[in-house]
Amino acid sequence: MVTYIVKRFVYMIVTVFIIATLTFFLMNLIPGSPFNEERTTNAVVQQNLEEHYHLHEPLAVQYVLYLKSIITLDFGPSIKQPTETVNALLGRGFPISAELGIWTVLIALISGVALGVFAALKHNHVIDYMAMTIAVLGISIPNFVLATMLIQQLAVQLEWLPAATWSSPAHMVLPVLALATGPMAIIARLTRSSMLETLTQDYIKTARAKGLSPYKIIVKHALKNALMPVVTIMGTLLAGILTGTFVIEKIFAIPGMGKYFVEGINQRDYPVIMGTTVFYSAFLVFMLFLVDIAYGFLDPRIKLHKEGGSS
Amino acid sequence: MVNKILEIHNLHISFTTFGGEVQAVRGVNLDLYEGETLAVVGESGCGKSVTASSIMGLIPTPPGHIKEGSIRFKGEDMTKLSDRKMRGIRGVDISMIFQDPMTALNPTLTVGDQLTEGLRQHRKVTKKEADAQAVDMLNLVGIPNPDERMKQYPYQFSGGMRQRIVIAMALICEPELLIADEPTTALDVTIQAQILQLFDKIQKETGVSIILITHDLGVVAKVADRIAVMYAGKVVETGTRREIFYEPQHPYTKGLLHSVPRLDQKGEKLIPIDGTPPDLFSPPGGCPFTARCPAAMEVCSRVYPYSTVRSETHEVDCWLQDERAKKHAATIQS
Repeated sequence: MVTYIVKRFVYMIVTVFIIATLTFFLMNLIPGSPFNEERTTNAVVQQNLEEHYHLHEPLAVQYVLYLKSIITLDFGPSIKQPTETVNALLGRGFPISAELGIWTVLIALISGVALGVFAALKHNHVIDYMAMTIAVLGISIPNFVLATMLIQQLAVQLEWLPAATWSSPAHMVLPVLALATGPMAIIARLTRSSMLETLTQDYIKTARAKGLSPYKIIVKHALKNALMPVVTIMGTLLAGILTGTFVIEKIFAIPGMGKYFVEGINQRDYPVIMGTTVFYSAFLVFMLFLVDIAYGFLDPRIKLHKEGGSS
Repeated sequence: MVNKILEIHNLHISFTTFGGEVQAVRGVNLDLYEGETLAVVGESGCGKSVTASSIMGLIPTPPGHIKEGSIRFKGEDMTKLSDRKMRGIRGVDISMIFQDPMTALNPTLTVGDQLTEGLRQHRKVTKKEADAQAVDMLNLVGIPNPDERMKQYPYQFSGGMRQRIVIAMALICEPELLIADEPTTALDVTIQAQILQLFDKIQKETGVSIILITHDLGVVAKVADRIAVMYAGKVVETGTRREIFYEPQHPYTKGLLHSVPRLDQKGEKLIPIDGTPPDLFSPPGGCPFTARCPAAMEVCSRVYPYSTVRSETHEVDCWLQDERAKKHAATIQS
């Protein structure tokens, strides 16, 4: 187990390094610079600014400086808002984005699994058809379309919920709903088909022959096995939810990390782009690692470590 | 005479499919006495397993349903019990062992957990007591190091070991009736013999009645007290082991016995039964074996034969038993 974790950790660092390098060079390929604006600046001032941020140095030198900032975890001040460091931006934005993300994942998982299980138990009944119709709609509608529709209907027309910002639980409802519907639909469909297959297994018949209650048969015997494919897809879904937060945060004017990320790119605010990208990728890679660990807990046949002996 | 523990009377079970109604079981009559082993034999698809599942109330409904008849366990008609009451009988009074031990155990739960959960569902026992009882059961079925094995998962056991665990699981609540649906089919021959010996041992120690469903006559010859031969959803002949093996009456029973190699048989060829069992979507009128029967008469395809009682234990459904057919039978058999 320990060797596995250490090995995975090394892979994780390599992955983040590759992402960071690609980001750096791609970022420098984008035309324009932070000081390239419509109003003309004094050439001397421009040069001074560039020198201050090492933008006049050769790319190789900038790259080394950039790697140094990653290793020391200090991305320096933002170029556009010089009074703020990137670390401070991340520190402010991350808790909000994390809150949005965690609620989304929780709601998508719980409602998706519940919907899938009910659909499977009521296979080919009205409940099944209804659940799967919801699921197909959820998969088909992009989250930004759903988000604007929700704002239009629930916030503007009916005035039930606030349309934007992030200051109370009521403010969270619409963004979380918009972001969670897609993953929920995918999880529901997957759980349903996996559950249907599991319910035909012999060990379910064995469990019934023991006289266990339906609840025990479904939760203890069927669900644990049926959730394996859901765990497999969680990695991809997490990546989807993460990129989804960029759009959703923008639409709902949520002051999370996604907002800084998008603004950073638009304004060529190099330290902000670098900081957010490295942070996002490190976070995602770590989540994928957690998903792999979760496997081992669900299915004893999957061994995370290599140990000789009985099989 | 010993008491009847199970009486199946005129049982009809059908499955509704897109293609129509499949009449899997068409009027089965079976009795089981306390402490005996009854073997139910027949080809695939003759209704053996469906009959067994119906005793447990495990017919998937829909598509299956019991159309007619009764299953009385110790006098109580089980076809009329509620789901909840049925759950109290399953695994407690009647247990079932399934064919394939490789898939009958849940791969994600420990063996100990699966052994004790039935006990903990039905009896008021602490985890410790349940564990102790499970260890006793594992000892009974011959699994070494039971304490350690309890914490392991099914994938850490071989096929034979898993079948022992399945048997231990079925016996842990001390049932009065054990239904074994082809318990040795998926095992290799040496393990088969061990498992059959285990059945024998368990029956001697616990006095449990066993219904053994199989198509393997070798298994039947070893363990059965009485034998019921099923064909196309009906029981065509019942008798003691001796009666079935030495005085088989029904042409189908004879056919089954002829298609199995015997040690005292020198140089003779095995004679298979030609053809296949009838389609149960539209079972033929009369005796379903007519089309494959070497001794078929005109009456066979028209009217199902009445049951002829040859001895207290031996009954057969065949027109050849009728006085009027004796002459015909003699010409066929010579």
